[in-house]
Amino acid sequence: MTILTHLQRLEAESIHIMREVAATCSNPVMLYSIGKDSSVMLHLALKAFYPSKLPFPVMHVDTTWKFREMIEFREKFVKDNGLDLKVHINQDGVDMNMSPFTHGSAVHTDVMKTQGLKQALDKYKFDAAFGGARRDEEKSRAKERIFSFRSAQHRWDPKNQRPELWNIYNNRIKKGESMRVFPLSNWTELDIWQYIHQENIPIVPLYLAKKRPVVKRDGMLVMVDDDRMPLEPGEVPEMKMVRFRTLGCYPLTGAIESTATTLTDIIQEMLLTKTSEREGRAIDKDSNASMEQKKQEGYF
Amino acid sequence: MSAKSEKPSYVVQESEKISADIVGYLKEQEHKSFLRFITCGSVDDGKSTLIGRLLYDSKLIFEDQLAVLENDSKKDGTQGDDLDFALLVDGLAAEREQGITIDVAYRFFATDKRKFIVADTPGHEQYTRNMATGASSADVAVILIDARRGMLTQTRRHSYIVNLLGIRHVIVAINKMDLVHYSEKTCRAIEAEYRSFAANLNFSSITFIPMSALKGDNIMDASEQMDWYKGPSLMTELETIDASKNSSSSPFRLPVQWVNRPNLDFRGFSGTIASGTVKKGDTVIALPSAKTSKVKSIVTYSGELDSASADQAITLTLEDEIDISRGDVITELDHRPESTDQFQAHIIWMHDKPLMPGRPYLIKTTNKTTTGEVTELKHKINVNSLEHEAGKVLELNEVGVCNVGLEEAIVFDAYQDNAAMGSFIMIDKIDNTTVAAGMIDFGLRRATNVHWQAVDVHQNARAEQKRQKPVVLWFTGLSASGKSTIANLVEKKLHILGKHTYLLDGDNVRHGLNKDLGFVEADRVENIRRVGEVAKLMVDAGLIVLTAFISPFRAERRMVRDMMDEHEFIEVFVDTPIEICEQRDPKGLYKKARKGEIKNFTGFDSPYESPEGAEIHLHMADLAAEDAADQIIAKIQEQYLS
Repeated sequence: MTILTHLQRLEAESIHIMREVAATCSNPVMLYSIGKDSSVMLHLALKAFYPSKLPFPVMHVDTTWKFREMIEFREKFVKDNGLDLKVHINQDGVDMNMSPFTHGSAVHTDVMKTQGLKQALDKYKFDAAFGGARRDEEKSRAKERIFSFRSAQHRWDPKNQRPELWNIYNNRIKKGESMRVFPLSNWTELDIWQYIHQENIPIVPLYLAKKRPVVKRDGMLVMVDDDRMPLEPGEVPEMKMVRFRTLGCYPLTGAIESTATTLTDIIQEMLLTKTSEREGRAIDKDSNASMEQKKQEGYF
Repeated sequence: MSAKSEKPSYVVQESEKISADIVGYLKEQEHKSFLRFITCGSVDDGKSTLIGRLLYDSKLIFEDQLAVLENDSKKDGTQGDDLDFALLVDGLAAEREQGITIDVAYRFFATDKRKFIVADTPGHEQYTRNMATGASSADVAVILIDARRGMLTQTRRHSYIVNLLGIRHVIVAINKMDLVHYSEKTCRAIEAEYRSFAANLNFSSITFIPMSALKGDNIMDASEQMDWYKGPSLMTELETIDASKNSSSSPFRLPVQWVNRPNLDFRGFSGTIASGTVKKGDTVIALPSAKTSKVKSIVTYSGELDSASADQAITLTLEDEIDISRGDVITELDHRPESTDQFQAHIIWMHDKPLMPGRPYLIKTTNKTTTGEVTELKHKINVNSLEHEAGKVLELNEVGVCNVGLEEAIVFDAYQDNAAMGSFIMIDKIDNTTVAAGMIDFGLRRATNVHWQAVDVHQNARAEQKRQKPVVLWFTGLSASGKSTIANLVEKKLHILGKHTYLLDGDNVRHGLNKDLGFVEADRVENIRRVGEVAKLMVDAGLIVLTAFISPFRAERRMVRDMMDEHEFIEVFVDTPIEICEQRDPKGLYKKARKGEIKNFTGFDSPYESPEGAEIHLHMADLAAEDAADQIIAKIQEQYLS
């Protein structure tokens, strides 16, 4: 008789969820954001279907403002694992020269991320999309089902969620509607790091501290990742030992000063830190229920 | 801010351990035990506050969150100057505005002994389905009771549902003790009342803890306010309670979720082991096909395993090529699960539209979806008294004991023995919402040979049972033409032949079903329409129906003919000249009509439209009733009943 560890239980639950989607949905996709949670989700997917390859494609909704190291990592990861990657960029946004610097974080995120995602889902007519969100991230996520129903307009109705009992998931939808599926719902940030440590899962080097060029802007350390970043008068990029706790668009993702250069260093730092994970992301600060609002509108 | 802000001592120790030896710390983490629990109880019993308190006291609230909480407490808080911990958990905008919990929230925290996932469930009756959602995956339930209010309907409802869903360990948190002056008497009274209620449930352990989630009494450490209480604090109880279900020692069950077929050389069956243990080389049987084979390998990404047990997600390959697909169950040879298309189950109804017995729904078990219906709602359960109540439908949040029939058989175990193998959900076929949760009690084996669906017993089946072809013999003719007399004779003769018959005539219809009708044309039409409908039902029931009505209008006779299938309607024209009828006049109606005492009398001031092309035409001017009856019998035996 085997007594499963905490992580083995979480792993089995995630695998069960992924297999259920593969067995019952006709056109699923796995959303891939290149971050640590995505890395864990993909690793679990490789496990779920072994020795078969993933029975669905992987899709990255690219805002064109991701860190360069993220894109390099994506290309290598996809190649190493023989994944079928689809990259979607909102061409309307590109045509508008969308930039977080000129349009602000809210508009940029809405156009490039939320609208881009909806476009991609409509284009490929996916009936289920895996996302790497966790319930411990944020209050409205804590309320969301593992199989989360979306209307044909991609909207989430938090007050009218389907009851979700045991591990029996209701993924019935009508034409045009879809499911967002969150196999990492019950993982915590510590679980993710512990699992990366235990399974030796590759992650983007930006999570580790290194000397990088940054400027301090509105209390946030922004990395100057390319020459699209307009410097204000008097702003001079400084080389600082920094790392990132979450990854997104570089102009919107704050760095933290850190000396954590190894995985265990990061975990140690994370455990001792007193600020929560999403603090580094500018998008959440708008209003109290902002994530719920964005999710209702179709954000992941 | 008057809330406790200093960290409990073990949090400080933990930080030291992390700083000193992070690798050692991570190793320790791997071997922590794990518990899933729910908090439930009535509105305002303090569930969200309790969870907020647990998160806060176990360092799960970061400083920026604390700053937001302080801010929110001032704005939306219900605790005056104190922190309102409920605001940490009630994450939806509507919840914060209304100060209530609508949906279940999952929260995560850990101590140095255990990791926890807690589902905070709503207290309002209308959100009971969300409470059941949380309870379905929990090992332990913390049921809160407001010490001031004692046991409420929701306390009973939640305890019942928790019990129904198979949770065996309950912690009754008697909360808000600070508001009853930490009174032992109050606490004991609630305990006694709860124990007497729970005597009818199947809990294997009940722990009563008096506490104040708001003030922190008996949450982490023993309360100084209640020295009369000698039991554990809530956290101590959560850290030590043994709620393991021991499903590894139950019989082996692998519900096949997905067939893993990367190439022609590999055929694996993937799924999560529902119970028991499987070893390489074990003989197994696939159900419902009942084909046996041996386990060739247990495949995982990290390498093959020699054995695997409950809750592991694995892929099995077998020695023999046998046909297995999603929905099947691979199991050990002894202690096999049952296979059935009919069973009894407890059902929690979760939709505004009530459960209608006889209506088809989708039924989804752990690995199979089929269509099914509740064939019988045996009784409802009153959650207050636990008594059985009769009912025709099951309304939102009601629990009923039902017989369920399926289109395809499923492989199952009773829910109480094996939750994963005995649970199902019901899905509305039109709008796809989840409308019910079901727990199988037992299979209904007696009925396996009878087709389950009531509407599948068709006219043919009923008629076959009676060994006859159902028809209507529709006698038409003037008043006193001899319709009833001949129809009576025919019925007698059919009865002797062993046929199942029924005679509808003015006497047994006009006095009951149609007593509201008179003799004006509209009423005569309605009279015949109703008789036609009744005759149709009786034909459907497999009977030979005889009707004896003047039925003077062609249109109505045509209408009735059109209700039936071809060869089911036999029009019998009792053609007796009106002079003979008037001569007979057994009821004196012609006399009255002549005097003008009866209006609308057929043949006088109301017409009789003779049939054109009646199947049987009896010329009664020179035919005795007995002979007419024999003629009819001969004709129908030859043409219709054979």
